[in-house]
Amino acid sequence: MLLRFNRAALFWSVLVTGALVAAIVVGSRRLQYFDAALVPYTFASIFTLFGLTYHYATWLQRPPTRRYWQRTWEQIRQGNVPLRLGLVLRRLVTHILAQSFIWHRSRLRWWMHFTLFWGCVLAALVTFPLVFGWIHFATVPGHPYVYQIHLFGFPAGTFAPHSLLGWVVIHMLDFAAVLVLVGVGLSFWRRTRDPDALAVQNFYNDLLPLLILFAVSVTGLMLTFSSLWLRGYYYSFLAQIHAITVIGGLLYLPFGKFFHIVQRPAQLGVALYKKVGAEGESARCACCQAAFTSQMHLDDLKQVLAELDFHYEMPPGSAIDHYQNVCPRCRRVTMALTQARISGREFL
Amino acid sequence: MSEPLEFFIDPMRCIGCQACVSACRECGTHRGTSVIHLEVIDRMRTIQTTPMVCMHCVDPTCAEVCPADAIKQTPEGVVLSSLKPRCIGCENCVIACPFGVPKYDALPDQMMKCDQCYDRTSIGLRPWCATVCPSRALYFGPRSQVEAQRRGKPLNRFRFGNEVVETKVNIIVPEGVDEFVFDVAAHISEGMPHSVADLALAASAEDH
Repeated sequence: MLLRFNRAALFWSVLVTGALVAAIVVGSRRLQYFDAALVPYTFASIFTLFGLTYHYATWLQRPPTRRYWQRTWEQIRQGNVPLRLGLVLRRLVTHILAQSFIWHRSRLRWWMHFTLFWGCVLAALVTFPLVFGWIHFATVPGHPYVYQIHLFGFPAGTFAPHSLLGWVVIHMLDFAAVLVLVGVGLSFWRRTRDPDALAVQNFYNDLLPLLILFAVSVTGLMLTFSSLWLRGYYYSFLAQIHAITVIGGLLYLPFGKFFHIVQRPAQLGVALYKKVGAEGESARCACCQAAFTSQMHLDDLKQVLAELDFHYEMPPGSAIDHYQNVCPRCRRVTMALTQARISGREFL
Repeated sequence: MSEPLEFFIDPMRCIGCQACVSACRECGTHRGTSVIHLEVIDRMRTIQTTPMVCMHCVDPTCAEVCPADAIKQTPEGVVLSSLKPRCIGCENCVIACPFGVPKYDALPDQMMKCDQCYDRTSIGLRPWCATVCPSRALYFGPRSQVEAQRRGKPLNRFRFGNEVVETKVNIIVPEGVDEFVFDVAAHISEGMPHSVADLALAASAEDH
């Protein structure tokens, strides 16, 4: 059974998961501040990280992905390091945090994705440190209306639970749930009307993740509703239902659509790759001599094609050695010219 | 059972009217953006133009070179445009496609390509470009009709150097041609851009 695993991916998964377990033990001061009620969440998180790392490591083994991965680290280390890191950081802000490229794809998609993204990020920033015992709250002795925040077991500020700040802190997950619900609503609205979505969407990849997010958010809000307005009625039952939805979402993370969350930063590496390529030599078309990409990109692509068992090399004695030396426009034109040549006919 | 509908491309029939370019914008999967190519071969020497749609390779190079695994094939063999959540805008597909089909748009940082109007063809309708093409340079219909009405035959086997590519879309070629060889070397030796007018002149010189 063990042999069926991808060994390199298994190695990285065990290593990264082990690091998380160590961080939980150390960060919670030898589990001193670890909340035993949250054990199911902890195990689900560990499993999710294992799955994500395994999937990510196998994904990196694909020839084109591996090439970009290697190039990114190579290019960050070479040349003007601060300048290159600056480019990556700028892209991080514009493309990952502000998601400007989605704005240019569709305004509706941007609002949908932006609310989903920040809702989930906010929830993750609150939930995981709590689950791992990295953050906990305690009342200050002698001051029952002051909460002490402990970060990794160290005091890190206080707040009054009945202050505005306290209200915001305590309801942070409710804000996250509302943001997510806005995104889910916009997404469902689009997915029931957009011809593109209707044609290509499927339940497992496109609808199930939305249903999971919806279930997590609604059951989370119900907990607040129960505690605020129902005097905790059905709270423990709701807490269990909420835990099931959250754990379901975590377990789905490595396998379904949510995997794009960890794939997306590859866009930063690609931006750097293009920038470095543009600063270097251009590849010129063997037919029309126009520059159509960077020489580095073309050379890398030829190597990737060979690894993938594609053979676009031209036969010996040909005017060019590789078909990929021809630009996309000349390829399109060649199709018409070749048809005319073999037909021996005039146009129409 | 009715005969399946297939896509046929016949560049020599193209009259450059750009109806396909406009109609392509109506496609529900990329509404507002035209992804078809219409190339003017050599404006100074010929009126020849040529349309280019995705040929929908059986083993698509674009999908294989995609680092993000963003290009998927449907059970019918249609190679879809890049999945928006996955495409990272690397342009590998743009450079690798042997037919020169994918387009990259920098602002949305995304590749877009013809998906044979999958919102329509998946429910039995014809793609927009083939619907409006007046000369049937782009045609979507039963094979028997093409064979009955045209000189030549449909072919879906192409050669690029040592690589043989089979496609879902057919090109019309003369009888007896079993492999469409992209003869780039010939065009380079004779000077690019090479025009169909030159070919016609050469053919007529040989006749005399």
